[in-house]
Amino acid sequence: MGIGIQKMNQERKLRDVKPSLVKSFNKYKYYYVLLLPGLIYFIVFKYLPMGGILIAFQDFKVTGGIFSSPWVGLKWFRILFDSPDFWVALKNTILISFYKLVFNFPAPILLALMLNEIVNRVFKRVVQTIVYFPHFLSWVVLGGILFSLFSVDTGILKLFSITTSPLMNPDTFRGFLVGSEMWKEIGWGTVIYLAAMAGINPELYEAAKMDGANRLKLIMHITIPSIMPTIVILLILRTGSILNAGFDQIYIMYNPLVYEVSDVLDTYVYRLGLTMGRYSFASAAGLFQSVVGLLLLLFTNWLVRRMGERGLW
Amino acid sequence: MKIRTGFGDRLFQIGNATLIVIFSLATLYPLWYEASISFSSSAGALKGGLIFWPREWTWEAYRVVFSSSYIWLAYRNSITVAAAGTCLHVLLTAMTAYPLNKRGLPGGKLVTFLILFTMLFGGGMIPTYMLVKSLGLINSLWALILPGMISAFNVIVMQSFMRTIPEEVEESATMDGANPLRIFFTIILPLCKPVLATIALWECVALWNNFMQALIYLNDKSLYTLPILLKQIIAGQQLMAESGQYTDSSTETVIAATIIVTIIPILLTYPFLQKHFMKGTMLGSVKA
Repeated sequence: MGIGIQKMNQERKLRDVKPSLVKSFNKYKYYYVLLLPGLIYFIVFKYLPMGGILIAFQDFKVTGGIFSSPWVGLKWFRILFDSPDFWVALKNTILISFYKLVFNFPAPILLALMLNEIVNRVFKRVVQTIVYFPHFLSWVVLGGILFSLFSVDTGILKLFSITTSPLMNPDTFRGFLVGSEMWKEIGWGTVIYLAAMAGINPELYEAAKMDGANRLKLIMHITIPSIMPTIVILLILRTGSILNAGFDQIYIMYNPLVYEVSDVLDTYVYRLGLTMGRYSFASAAGLFQSVVGLLLLLFTNWLVRRMGERGLW
Repeated sequence: MKIRTGFGDRLFQIGNATLIVIFSLATLYPLWYEASISFSSSAGALKGGLIFWPREWTWEAYRVVFSSSYIWLAYRNSITVAAAGTCLHVLLTAMTAYPLNKRGLPGGKLVTFLILFTMLFGGGMIPTYMLVKSLGLINSLWALILPGMISAFNVIVMQSFMRTIPEEVEESATMDGANPLRIFFTIILPLCKPVLATIALWECVALWNNFMQALIYLNDKSLYTLPILLKQIIAGQQLMAESGQYTDSSTETVIAATIIVTIIPILLTYPFLQKHFMKGTMLGSVKA
């Protein structure tokens, strides 16, 4: 008898579930129609390539495709870690990213603090219009301008009788990458900080001034603490991309004279995979890059939250 | 109440403003230099040094640029990609964001997670290249449009904007018997104009400047977009410089003219771009 009741209950449950599923599908069908193209896009262009990472564990042959190429386990990773070129690229990536982090991350904060002190509105707007502009240009355009400006034949180097372009000199090339990125992005980087500063309650400043605080003290004790959450979030995002030293910029500006100091993981993967056609090997290098990037992001976020600031999630 | 500004404060103001002016001029100079070169004669350009005004004013470089059929083709290709890519991107981003804002939507949370996850991890250059190749898109302008048709970040921006639309707007339309498709296209989309404009401009500039995908996916010179054509012209000149044979001494000015021609659309729309880009950064930072 117990079994009979159980069965009846089960049947009732099924009956209840089914119509409600159909009903909710009917209720939401138009939403699914809207969602479908986007869902297909993410599956095809984002998740299929994630599946394609499997070729890093295969000896991929174009003729066989991903389904019939032989599995080779971690072979490509062993070859990768034994390859001196890989270590050079990794070292360059970390160095260039590190320099960019140290110099180009604080630079917009400093500029934003300076701009925030400007009282004259027209002057401020003119400056903003000028310094934001390079952000809208591509690296090809900027690369072309810099080649011309710093060429020993035509540019400003003639004034100083310098005979080696910093773009052709291994000692200065990394510095040039950092400097030119700063030139391009410093202005635009201030936008988000200026927005955060605009949101600070003016009464805080008034109160501090009454207590006799000077400008520097106002900046140190009110402005900077108020934009700290913004700084932290941007820093986390930046850390997550530390293994992306910037493909466009480097690919456009580097040349055989400076390969040894500027070949980074992105250009290494590009060369292996798309110039030499070693798909499996290049995918292994690319996978290494994205996994380490993900781990760094998770680690920084964890660290920031432990320190009591709000993280990304 | 007025607070007395002391001597130290005024000194600070002047020093700060001076530094900012110097910095702005340093930002502007390379662009000014390039524009001046483009209007100079090739002999004038090769003299080098600081250039503040075209040397021996001439339109020669522009004549050379515009007489090449490739620059026109590249212009056409760039405009095609930017226009088609932007329209698709904006429409699909809105279509994806809208249903995901509906709280009760079965499976909505899962799809949101799938989309957000792509911000953290991706297949990378080679697997994506192989996908594009197997879809038969190599040497097609679609290869520059389809792989970036939606971005997770823009979906988030769009969602946070849509949340500011009062629910009553939709409720009254539903009572009048309109279905969600109709509501989306006739009510929601028009209300989203500010955020649509912002995302459209982001995408448009990104597509106009897109270099890497053009490099990877296009081999046919008649399909080249402006960035990749420019890169090829510059590379050609570099090669000549390295091997020490300046056969055509006007290359310097021709490159400068090509660069100026490439950035003219950006320059013309810049006031507009700047305004909307700044708004967008605010939208994005609300979420972050």
